[in-house]
Amino acid sequence: MSGLLDIPWAAWCLLLPLFAAVASLLTGPRLASRLAPLFALATVLATAGVVVRVLQSGPFRHAVGGWGAPLGIDFHVDGFSALMLAMTAVVAAVITVYARAYFSNDHGSGSGAYFWPLWFFLWGGLHALFLTADIFNFYVTLEVVSLSAVALVALSGTPTGVVASMRYLLTALTGSLFYLLGVGLLYAQYGVLDMDLLRGVVEVNPATWAAYVCILLGLLIKTALFPLHVWLPPAHSSAPAPVSAALSALVIKGSFYILLRFHFDLLPHEMLVASSVLLGALGMTAVIWGSLQALRQPRLKLIVAYSTVAQIGYLFLLFPLCFALAEPGDLWPTKAWAGGIYHALSHAFAKASLFLAAGAVLQAAGGDTLVHLRGLGERRPVIATALALASISIMGLPPSGGFVGKWLLLVAALHAGQWWWVVGILLGGLLAAAYSFRFLRELFRPAPENLVLHEEPRMLGYTALALALFTLLLGLAALIPFNLLSQGAPFPPNAFLEAL
Amino acid sequence: MNQAEIYLAAALGIMLIGLYGLFTQPHLLRKLIALNLFGSGIFLVYVAVARRIAGETPDPVPHAMVLTGIVISVSATALGLVLARRVKTLTGGTELPPPVEPEP
Amino acid sequence: MMRLHRVILALLLAAFGWLLARAFVSLPASPPHLADAVTAQMDQSGVTHPLTAVLLNFRGYDTLLEIGVLLLAGLAALAVSGSATTTPRAELLDRPAVLLGLVRVLMPVLVVVAFYILWIGSYRPGGAFQAGSILGAGGVLLVLAGVVDGARVRLALRMILGFGFLVFLLVSATVMAGGRALLEYPVPYAGLLILLIECAATLSIGAILTLLFLGVVAKEEAS
Repeated sequence: MSGLLDIPWAAWCLLLPLFAAVASLLTGPRLASRLAPLFALATVLATAGVVVRVLQSGPFRHAVGGWGAPLGIDFHVDGFSALMLAMTAVVAAVITVYARAYFSNDHGSGSGAYFWPLWFFLWGGLHALFLTADIFNFYVTLEVVSLSAVALVALSGTPTGVVASMRYLLTALTGSLFYLLGVGLLYAQYGVLDMDLLRGVVEVNPATWAAYVCILLGLLIKTALFPLHVWLPPAHSSAPAPVSAALSALVIKGSFYILLRFHFDLLPHEMLVASSVLLGALGMTAVIWGSLQALRQPRLKLIVAYSTVAQIGYLFLLFPLCFALAEPGDLWPTKAWAGGIYHALSHAFAKASLFLAAGAVLQAAGGDTLVHLRGLGERRPVIATALALASISIMGLPPSGGFVGKWLLLVAALHAGQWWWVVGILLGGLLAAAYSFRFLRELFRPAPENLVLHEEPRMLGYTALALALFTLLLGLAALIPFNLLSQGAPFPPNAFLEAL
Repeated sequence: MNQAEIYLAAALGIMLIGLYGLFTQPHLLRKLIALNLFGSGIFLVYVAVARRIAGETPDPVPHAMVLTGIVISVSATALGLVLARRVKTLTGGTELPPPVEPEP
Repeated sequence: MMRLHRVILALLLAAFGWLLARAFVSLPASPPHLADAVTAQMDQSGVTHPLTAVLLNFRGYDTLLEIGVLLLAGLAALAVSGSATTTPRAELLDRPAVLLGLVRVLMPVLVVVAFYILWIGSYRPGGAFQAGSILGAGGVLLVLAGVVDGARVRLALRMILGFGFLVFLLVSATVMAGGRALLEYPVPYAGLLILLIECAATLSIGAILTLLFLGVVAKEEAS
């Protein structure tokens, strides 16, 4: 067994998607489409290797180039990164299978020809982001992810899509540049780029403050926290369905991951108290505002996109619960942190499922307005079930993964005595139910007699359903991910287990 | 003022001009230029940081970071230009239409 | 943009500028840095120029991803501009004579200078990106002179585009044989491997830059 553990899984976890990207370029679109599931499987296996290694022997480092920090760049894999890697690998693999079917009628002509290289670059970039421990390397990985995402959004070719892509590009670049400025300030002050080494030397001073403001601003732009979310709904809704799924499920979690790393593994606690209140307030506003906007949208993909804006707001509730409202020795920060991450995890599966199902609806019914959804419940039960199950997770109802995440946040807020947050979380859940019912209601109406549907590939529905079922699994079998998350967590292990 | 301080002051000015232009200029090409200005200001900060160390040779690590940043910036700007061109072809305009809240 | 918005923006930028200025002023006079760590390990790096050592050895992983970003931009340009970059070569009718003569003289010079800069990068400022930019400039010249006005996307072009990244990936992976880490060059071969990667990268960078330029300026077919 130790022989297997010695294989550099982390390195392969990074290399395989990137190899897939070049290979997809060289083979051309038709062969790339056939090979894609194989590459996806290989990447999932490599990621499984990483997860098993963390579960068995705890967090580990891989010194890329053999030099080790501070001279070289290290991979640092603990429970949190392993969990994010696993999330990315599974969701992306399922989307890969979906995309093969989705583009099967586009025989490699036009812009669909470049989907596969761009897709695997996106996947590889995400893996690179979750693996690295170097703050400048974060910038490079953010750019890989952003540029591939922008290109994928533009693949739709429609005027709305290209405009959305342009806006996405400008916003993403602005965010990255702010982040880059922050990194420069940190290096100017401390002379190191490795997260763990920085944590040892960082202090509260003007340069660190300026760096924090820049990094925070940059990452908030990229994570689309209200009011910096304007770019998200058009980009996520006008992209091809597999791309929308990846954007809402995975890409948005990348910048959030970096934000968490800075807050919990790098910066001094006292610096983060004031901003955490702001983050929590903006998060709550995002939940309410995003949900209200979702209630007004005429198209399914737009509803789902605004739902992303709202769900991201929940993630930011963990900040005040961990910083402004906590003393050392309190138990609820552990719950808040774990709850926020679990919410991000379940949201990934649920949101991807929703977008994939929406894509299936588009192909079957020819459009995704609410009118198009009417009667799909009886004619396309697989798609309808996927939509329903995924919505359950978004609403935060048991036994879904979304429930677990929200429940932990709720309990943490209760322990901290923050009734406002409790009300907000519950209100958000109600609003989510409201906007979800808008489309679920149409599905379960009797089908109009003259309803003509195209024959879309059945795989579209099955993959969407698979992801939706996974959200149930996340709700029922939550202990395994939590066990993984606890490896190397920024909270003492006792606190973690007790809290659960 | 020594060299590094001059660079830092200049960088500050360039960054602020770039940011102002990015948010106020509606024409896509100008937004891209302003973004590049902002980026160049940031690179100048890195170069200043490289200069500040004791000894005659500058610190190669920030220089390497700037090189990486420049290549990424070129790639992103090129993508931006191609997209801007496409926006012009598809919509006839050179500005982004304001994000519309679709009517219910 | 409304007057009020401009004022608010100016205020925000002023505040931001003050925050940065305060930070700049407070930076330590002799800050900690990594230059000494670089110098200490230079003899293991396979090259003698510290910048090249950092770029292609110590922090080579950043460079790997960065070449990926460049390739990504090239692919994105192909994907977005579609038919515009892939029109077959049109009638070469109005090629300006002076520009053509200049191109005939300059292109060989550019190629030679590019390879020189590539080679010298191990010892002095230079390297793959600089050399690739020169080749790219040559490509731009060819486009401007009308010698190249479209690119057929066939295997050859795809190979050239992806060549640099592919070689870098292959080297990163194969050096792991024998228990080494990702991208850990065996010390006696480090210089050779770096040169190999740089050569491949130079070609790709030149091609990608030319393609990017083409993607922006090529005439669009009526679509």
